[in-house]
Amino acid sequence: MKRSTRRRLTRGVLYAVFAAAVLFVVLSADWSRIQTNFLNVEVARDTFPEIVTIAAKNTVVYTVIAFVGGMLLGLLLALMKLSPVLPYRWLATAYIELFRGLPALLVIFGFAYAVPIALQWRPPGGNAGAGLIALIIVSSAYIAETIRAGIEAVPKGQVEAARSLGMNSAWTMVTVVLPQAFRIITPPLTNELVILIKDTSLLFIAGMAIGDRELTTFSRDALTSQANATPLVVAALMYLVITLPLTQLVAKLERHNKRGR
Amino acid sequence: MIPVSQPASGAASRGSAAAVPAIEVRALCKTFGSNEVLKGIDFHVDQGEVVCVIGPSGSGKSTLLRCVNRLEEPTSGTVMVEGVDITDSETDLDDVRTRIGMVFQQFNLFPHLTVLKNLTLAQQRAKKRGKTEATEIARRNLAKVGLAEKADAFPSQLSGGQQQRVAIARALSMDPDMMLFDEPTSALDPELVGDVLEVMKQLAKEGMTMMVVTHEMGFAREVGDRVVFMDGGVVVEQGKPEDVLGNPQHERTKLFLSKVL
Repeated sequence: MKRSTRRRLTRGVLYAVFAAAVLFVVLSADWSRIQTNFLNVEVARDTFPEIVTIAAKNTVVYTVIAFVGGMLLGLLLALMKLSPVLPYRWLATAYIELFRGLPALLVIFGFAYAVPIALQWRPPGGNAGAGLIALIIVSSAYIAETIRAGIEAVPKGQVEAARSLGMNSAWTMVTVVLPQAFRIITPPLTNELVILIKDTSLLFIAGMAIGDRELTTFSRDALTSQANATPLVVAALMYLVITLPLTQLVAKLERHNKRGR
Repeated sequence: MIPVSQPASGAASRGSAAAVPAIEVRALCKTFGSNEVLKGIDFHVDQGEVVCVIGPSGSGKSTLLRCVNRLEEPTSGTVMVEGVDITDSETDLDDVRTRIGMVFQQFNLFPHLTVLKNLTLAQQRAKKRGKTEATEIARRNLAKVGLAEKADAFPSQLSGGQQQRVAIARALSMDPDMMLFDEPTSALDPELVGDVLEVMKQLAKEGMTMMVVTHEMGFAREVGDRVVFMDGGVVVEQGKPEDVLGNPQHERTKLFLSKVL
């Protein structure tokens, strides 16, 4: 057999297997049940407009709060971890290792239920507020390590140039090191942001007031009340509507920043 | 030591201070781990003097230069800049550094800032100059190195020779009393070396105090008031360029010059 014939034959077999698999799934699926349970137009219509005006809005708001909070706290932790003062390094390391080692779900649960009992203190904003504090704490541990890596990736000569011009270490960090560090870590930070969008779904464990519900909590409640899974599918689409433009935007930003490298 | 008659420069205007050497290093030792890089160096640069430091790589000449503005921490010995002991913890190091311009082998321009911003940043942050004044001084120094039209370019858009001239202009914008050059042309393509040396010659002619670590023997001969040959962490020989380069007394100097000339 000629090599070209054999190659054509192999490819033909691979296509045939793929077609058979697709055919099997399509034929064996019960399309009417799928439609009534997952793609029910009536149920989907019922979720509007609240799934946008309340649930999607809250998901975005929670993500922004958790990301901004996580960045500020993460920056502080990264600087502590690079500090020449030993106790600061210990503290930052302990914090980062602890909160990277715990599941976010447990931390959220802890802040919503354990902390109020143990410390006799209710975080502001009810259970949603407590859950958000937990999200900030968990995300800051990851972001701190990303920022530290970014700072360490800035060439030593940059700091030397700035210091040789008489700039103190604080101005050097703010005007020379951090701007370059954040350019370097834009891709991993985007990752953190996208993960955070999805981690807001864990807030359901905190048990939230009606107006505070985000996409996952909202659609789970709708699933229960309607005895139909369609709201979950709508919620899934909503997540994609939020995440996809965001990653595109960051990719664009990255290309723009290449200029100053 | 050569008494050089210089045009009125910063050095002369300080009056009685003119007697104090710009740089005076005594019994300087520097070790990296178990590696002894500087073994008790005595060295000075008078005000208005141009001293070229030559020697094989690993001889400690760059380390000596970097100890002068304390980018390297001396292990022992003293470093005096204009009579101020910079190894003293009471000394305001940032203030001393604004008076010592430094030019690096790898340029170390800030890649995220335009050329103009590279020149104004430390003026504003370390010298607390206003934006208008800093910009004016920056433009004047850019014109001086022949790059007035590159003010709005980013460093990555410039050739190596242009980047190094911007780095010189950046250091000059702080109105330093002296300039340190750490192998300023070693990272350049051969055809770009001339422009940078031309700028340095001009500076020397204006009476700038300069310490130049270099492999450019032609420059050392033409511009240097004194040449210092280092090897193995000690000063082996020093004197007028025509003596050290033309009629070396020590075997090690002869060996080195036979390889580079």
